[in-house]
Amino acid sequence: MERLITFRALMAAVFLLITPSALLFAQDSEIPMADTFRAEGKIYVVVAVMLVIFAGLISYLIYVDRKVGKLERDVNNEEK
Amino acid sequence: MVLRRDWWKILAVLLVGYTIVAGLLGTVPRLPILNESIRNLYFHVTMWFVMLFLFTISVSSSIAYLSTEKPLWDIRAELAVKVGMVTATLGILTGMIWANFTWGKPWVNDPKLNGAAVSFLGYAAYLILRQSIDDSEKKARIAAVYNIFAFVMMIVFIQILPRLTDSLHPGSGGNPAFSSYDLDKNMRIVFYPAVIGWFLIGYWIYTLQVRMRLLQNKLNQSQWND
Repeated sequence: MERLITFRALMAAVFLLITPSALLFAQDSEIPMADTFRAEGKIYVVVAVMLVIFAGLISYLIYVDRKVGKLERDVNNEEK
Repeated sequence: MVLRRDWWKILAVLLVGYTIVAGLLGTVPRLPILNESIRNLYFHVTMWFVMLFLFTISVSSSIAYLSTEKPLWDIRAELAVKVGMVTATLGILTGMIWANFTWGKPWVNDPKLNGAAVSFLGYAAYLILRQSIDDSEKKARIAAVYNIFAFVMMIVFIQILPRLTDSLHPGSGGNPAFSSYDLDKNMRIVFYPAVIGWFLIGYWIYTLQVRMRLLQNKLNQSQWND
């Protein structure tokens, strides 16, 4: 008898654990995401803007890198 | 730039460029509360990873300094911390923006957040400690010893303690951050390249800092010789 009760308690626990996640799964498509925004293709505008800014920052980094390289060559030539 | 020597810089640009494109266009799980903001993972978390990477370089350099006493290792240790502090600042700021959206407040008294703040201050103390000692050999030695201490404390505060208690922050409260719940297959193919790309960008900036410092030191030396 006691075993049966523990088994029932266990089953109840399993159901309690499964139900909320099942509910969440059912609501999946109702979770708001930027679907319309994407469908209209506006996300590409954001991607383009971010890539331009990234390209600008990287250009600066390359510029500094080359400048430092040039200075290193100058200083090393002076030493010789 | 020579391709054979600087290939990893090109790789860095390609990987982070890919992160921006795939990070905004790729599929992400539809999760409540997070919604589209889950994409911040590619940018916010990577900043902290770059900090961890640079602080690891720093602590290794400090250990190398203590065993060899070569000034170059001290320069490396100092500049890795400086660049790491920049990415940590970016990590805190982006985290606050994200927290304001998901948790309703920019700062909550959470073990992970407070741990990050304490470690940040610990490294700020490292830089202040350096400023306060004039003798360069003494400075290098004391700073190296303190750096090892700061690194251990940082690991304890942001990687160990938050996992022992409950925390709002993913990757805490006993959960490793990369469980199937937190990071699905679609996100991994963006997140892993993002981490490598940002590592390389951070390393690039760090090497530039070191090269500039060495130049500066050379110029100062030649001034003394004249």
